[in-house]
Amino acid sequence: MTISTNVGDIDRRLLMDRSVSGRKAFTLPESDVPSQDLPDSSFLRDDVELPEVSQLEVIRYFSVLSQLNFSIDTNFYPLGSCTMKYNPKINDELSNLPGLADIHPLQPDDTVQGAIRLLKDLQDDLGEITGLPGVSLAPLAGAQGEYAGLLIARAYHEAKNDSKRTVAIVPDSAHGTNPASAAMAGLEVVTVRSDDQGNVDVDNLRELANENTAVFMLTIPSTLGLFEPNILEITKIVHDSGGLVYADGANLNALLGLVKLGDLGVDICHSNLHKTFSTPHGGGGPGSGPVMVTDELAKFLPKPVAIKTDDGYAMGTPEMSVGAINGFHGSFSIAARAYAYIKALGLEGLQSVSENAIISANYIQAKLRDKYNLAADRYCMHETVLSATKQKKRGVAGLDIAKRLLDFGIHAPTMYFPLIVDEALMVEPTESESKETLDHFIAVMRQIDDEIDASPELILEAPHDLPVTRLDEATAARKPVLRWSAE
Amino acid sequence: MASPTSSGTNTSVNHPYIPSTDSEREEMLGVIGVDSLDGLLGDIPVEHRHPALKLAPGLSEQELSTVFGSIAAENASASSGYISFLGAGAYSHYIPSTVRSILQRGEFVTAYTPYQPEAAQGTLQVGFEFQTVICQLTGMEVANAGMYDGPTAFAEACLMAARVTKRTKVGILSTADGRLPETLVAYSKHQGIDIVEIEPDATDIPDDLACIGIQSPNFFGEIEDVERLTKLAHDNGALSVVHVNPTALGMFKAPGEFDVDIVTAEGQPLGVPMAFGGPYVGLFACKKAHIRQMPGRIIGRTTDTKDRTGYALTLQTREQHIRRERATSNICTSTQLIGLMVTVYAATLGKQGIKDLANLCYQKAHYAASEINKLNGFTVDALATGGTFFHEFVVSCPSSASSINADLLDKKIIGGLDISDRSENGMLVCVTETSSKADIDKFVKALSEIGASS
Repeated sequence: MTISTNVGDIDRRLLMDRSVSGRKAFTLPESDVPSQDLPDSSFLRDDVELPEVSQLEVIRYFSVLSQLNFSIDTNFYPLGSCTMKYNPKINDELSNLPGLADIHPLQPDDTVQGAIRLLKDLQDDLGEITGLPGVSLAPLAGAQGEYAGLLIARAYHEAKNDSKRTVAIVPDSAHGTNPASAAMAGLEVVTVRSDDQGNVDVDNLRELANENTAVFMLTIPSTLGLFEPNILEITKIVHDSGGLVYADGANLNALLGLVKLGDLGVDICHSNLHKTFSTPHGGGGPGSGPVMVTDELAKFLPKPVAIKTDDGYAMGTPEMSVGAINGFHGSFSIAARAYAYIKALGLEGLQSVSENAIISANYIQAKLRDKYNLAADRYCMHETVLSATKQKKRGVAGLDIAKRLLDFGIHAPTMYFPLIVDEALMVEPTESESKETLDHFIAVMRQIDDEIDASPELILEAPHDLPVTRLDEATAARKPVLRWSAE
Repeated sequence: MASPTSSGTNTSVNHPYIPSTDSEREEMLGVIGVDSLDGLLGDIPVEHRHPALKLAPGLSEQELSTVFGSIAAENASASSGYISFLGAGAYSHYIPSTVRSILQRGEFVTAYTPYQPEAAQGTLQVGFEFQTVICQLTGMEVANAGMYDGPTAFAEACLMAARVTKRTKVGILSTADGRLPETLVAYSKHQGIDIVEIEPDATDIPDDLACIGIQSPNFFGEIEDVERLTKLAHDNGALSVVHVNPTALGMFKAPGEFDVDIVTAEGQPLGVPMAFGGPYVGLFACKKAHIRQMPGRIIGRTTDTKDRTGYALTLQTREQHIRRERATSNICTSTQLIGLMVTVYAATLGKQGIKDLANLCYQKAHYAASEINKLNGFTVDALATGGTFFHEFVVSCPSSASSINADLLDKKIIGGLDISDRSENGMLVCVTETSSKADIDKFVKALSEIGASS
């Protein structure tokens, strides 16, 4: 056996390869009831092959693994459209309080008045912030909020016996979940073009909006980080055609207290609590994607919704609800975190969030525009989309720049999205980051641009000092190995 | 210095979550080349800018803690002295310290989806471990990295069966939790899927079914004949979709032993707080042959340019960010953090613990059932019919379960679920390892007193 002397070497063995027969990390209590007969052995299985490790091994294994991650707590994470802001610790603590973490979803309403009051209050705040007062917190993520919104749009048209409205118009810059959700809702997806400024091509929309239009899905601000200047004209065109306007609220962090979506003619929107309202991303969920609608559409909301009654609070079902899109009441403890965030910031704090997010993104854009092309040469909202086309001509792609950033302890921006921008690098700094951090990022981006000519291999082979270098993802997909197995 | 305007001031409030100071904002606005924030908002229709908002002023952390303290105090739970016998899809189990401890790791909690695998090997290796745990528990070949919750995982499994078989009719056993078909309806109502009910003792089924959806243990806590029903499905060209309770798999045969095609489950019992219904994680496993029709994130093992082992998201061409409207699902998450809790829980309980846990739940539930069954006017259905159950059972009460529950609540007991819509005067009672014999005896005594007076 060879013993490595490199303290940097990481033991990547899986739990099952660390398992030693007879070891344990946990003891169950002895049974305190008289012994009961077991069912017939034909029902019973042999052992479950789970690992046998000590308690310290469990803690050390997962702790060491955690150190292989970039995270908000440890790194600047300017991942566009993902709003990687600070996740306040108090929110985690409060959502785990006894009395919140240990209540059962089917308890009678009168035993969970505090929980329902919290949900009702959060519904009201989200309705106020978006200007869309009908709110359901049921959707478990942005994509579910989107899907719920589309179900509502379909139910609205069906209630008017308007069965031919089966088209969702989606901009070419939209996130992939938009068309995927539309397809799930049985809608045909028709794409509207963006113009050379990154705005919706209004003439194209006018051609497409007609008696078959169920809904127009618009991300506000757009995935290019831009506020749609023709928004009032757009919502009018859609409404004149008899369709509804759905706003994807993924980028709501730019709008808090600055404008209400409902005032702009939006009928339905969702918000990602795990973006704008600071709940942790968790390495890929759990999220929460509340859906907000006009008063007129509130009767179609997915169930349940928290309601105020004469003598307290109750969980209710809207009269023409599109139904249950998941098991219980949505991500309650995520909602509790968002509630804590809104209460901690208050009106002025929330306005300050968006103001600072916008200033920070524009500052980065102003400081990098001489080196990197911009997807749209105008002021941005909370994120800026750079295009590494100049760098590509010199032999380095957007992907390579993203990987090189990792060497500096900076997470990569969102790459190659939106699809309509060549070599896109979407940068969203959020309001959480200090000017020093922004300046460091700017300096690194400028240095990387210099490295293209001086030492391109530094970029092309990046990252250098992470637990792994670039991975062979093609082989991973061609010959999938998806679980441990005994060698 | 630019003068603040009434609508767009350069003076933002100072807040612990926002580091920029007034002078830094001034400096940045200067670099950008505008006088004030409003210079950046030109695209927002001016008449709609800076709307009036009815929101309360911000609170300090200390004030916030007080607010939450009073919210929590308005709820009844174990921490306020109540004992509960509710199950029906969410279960009270002890959560080991290891799970709570690892959940404090900000490197897991505050990371994003691992799109940059080099900077997310921790999240990715945990996901690979999670997939392994789900395969070991269910006896299936492959699992994805997690869905939203049990009912959505089940709904996605039925839709996947429809894609695999190219059929549009889904059969669901009449003994399943109503939340399963209800969620499927919401997921499939515009996709031309018909849902039909199948009786558990059916000996023939329509020849155009995409799948039989079976919950076992079923909504009433009893084990279904998964082996026979799976054969019946296969004989008719349908798939078998089985929704399990993962805790029961510590003792009952795994669906993988019965040639089941897709297995789903609510992951909450494996170390996740009940938290008034979420967030939970949906478990999803299937035969390897169907992997390219599987929804959700999948993590695979590979190597880096130096031939070291690493992990990455894989088979992404199934997913919405690549395939858009032709994706297998619109899902864009693996509910990774809850998957982490499940993984740490499984590692902590280990081979012996999962077995001991299942046995403990079984012993206590059967003790409670036999004691309740002795009471005048109360009958445990499964004991009367000889059905095999795990940790839930239906009690036929002398009067409506809701009226009995109201009396129980006075004694700080949250009774079982009123299921009178499915079983006359039925109460679905759940007993896990978190109920002591004293709790059970208190519950039985209370039922006896209430039964005698009704």
